[in-house]
Formats: sequence, C-alpha cells, structure tokens
Amino acid sequence: MISEEKHITEYSLYGKVLIGLLVLTALTILFPWLNLTGFTALIALILASTKAGIVMTYFMHLKMEYILLKILVIMVLLIYISVILLTFSDYIFR
Amino acid sequence: MDHLELQRDDIGAKLGMWIFIFTEILLFGGLFLVYAVMRHRYMADFHLASLQLNTFIGALNTIVLLISSMTVAMSISAVQKKDKRMATILLSITLLCAVIFLVDKYFEWGHKISISLYPGTDLMQSLKHGYILFFSLYFFMTGLHMLHLIIGAVILIVALVKIRMGLINDEHYVLLENGGLYWHLVDLIWIFLFPLLYLVT
Repeated sequence: MISEEKHITEYSLYGKVLIGLLVLTALTILFPWLNLTGFTALIALILASTKAGIVMTYFMHLKMEYILLKILVIMVLLIYISVILLTFSDYIFR
Repeated sequence: MDHLELQRDDIGAKLGMWIFIFTEILLFGGLFLVYAVMRHRYMADFHLASLQLNTFIGALNTIVLLISSMTVAMSISAVQKKDKRMATILLSITLLCAVIFLVDKYFEWGHKISISLYPGTDLMQSLKHGYILFFSLYFFMTGLHMLHLIIGAVILIVALVKIRMGLINDEHYVLLENGGLYWHLVDLIWIFLFPLLYLVT
C-alpha cells in the first residue's frame, strides 16, 4: 500500500526554507510598525500560518509523505478551525 | 548465525507520532482559543500588558528555534547519507539552540519574578482584570511550551546517543524522525505564541 522510497532531501533545500522562514519572521516583526491596528492581528496570523505550513511541508517532510497523512493533517486543521468558528459565533452574539 | 530481527513498523511508528502531534495541536489550539476570546474582551489591557514583554528576546527565541528545526531536519538527511559525523554536529547544534532558548527564558521569567509580576502575588492581584488574564495566559502557555521543549530535547539527546552507538543508522532512523517531528511541533507552537503574546498592537 505505502511504499518506502528513500528520498534524501538535500541540505541546501532546508537552508532555503530557513531563509524563507526568517524573511517571514522579519515581516511579522516589522509589520506592526505600519500601524494598521485592526488588520495587524489578522496579518500576523496569516504570516504565522504560512510559516507553519512551510515548516510542516518541508521540515516535517509532509510534502514527501503518503497521501493519507496529508489528508489527516488537513482534517485535523479543519476540525480545529471549526472549533474556532463555533466558539466565536457563540461569543460574538452574547 | 541467524540474526532474528524484531518486527518493526516504521510507517506505523511515524503515524503514531503524527496522531500524537494532532492531540498536541488541539491542546495548544484550545489555549490559543482562550487567549483569542480574552484578548477580544480586554483588548486595551492586553495591549498594555504585552508591552511588559521583551520583544527582542522573543524574536531571538523565534530565530533560534527556526534554526534548530532546520538542523534537526538536516540531521535526518545526514543519517540517511551515513554521515555520522555530520548528524552528530547537526543534532548538537539543535540541542545548543534548545539551551539558548532556555537561557533566554530564564532571563525573561527571572526578571518578571524579581519584580513580582507573576500569578498569585499581591502586585498581580492589584492589577486590572485584563492584565491578570494576560499574564496568567502568558506564564501558562510559555511554561507549557517550555515543558514540551525540554521533553523534545531529552528525546533528541537519546537520539544523539543512539546515533553515536550506531543504533540509529541509515536503515533504522525512525526514532530520529519522530524526535524531529516532536521538535518541529515545539517550533510550530512558538511560531504562533510569539506574535500573539509579544506583538499585540
């Protein structure tokens, strides 16, 4: 069912991923200085989610994993997002 | 002499670790949700309270953990390439990053404790409700994260010893992979903790 091919990721790819993550981190820190109040939290979350996605895809090797694992991860994230949406849809109307 | 090999299930082992990671995502996710609701309710207090945090140390810790994630991922490639020396170096850098993070935390928490700014003190109880909530969340979430970091570091130390002993090699390395996954989880949590706690504007 699931074949184990040995795919060895090159060091340089991990290096490039780190650079991307550091750039996103710099953006996250510098962005609040633009002072867009309401949007800052949203942008911070989007940047953090992007970084998380990159860590999961490349460092945690999800890109090279079998499809079932990728589906499971997406499922869990959807469950979590549902919990957030349900909680806020209740809280906002109190 | 015939060599009896214990039955191994590397795919199952890794899947098991991923399932555990899912539970951890929901655990910290729940805490983030509490934080989100409370922040919405006490927006001004949370903003003022977060100014007490040292953004520079927070940023430094973020960078340190990102680097450590890279080195632990690289160490798996090194083991696959049968490069024991490189794997040792990379894992050692990862563990060094863990130590740096803990030292930073020592300074951060140490400073707050020295000025009585932690849950339970008279000073804390005299502050506004939003402040108390922020700091309770701050200490609980970063504390729980720190606990996970220490556990992750212990697992990686075990992996490092096993690499030196040859028990982890290019044919058997699922323990290192799983330890790496756990370490990336620690990094993931901090990726969210940092902007939410330190960069509240």
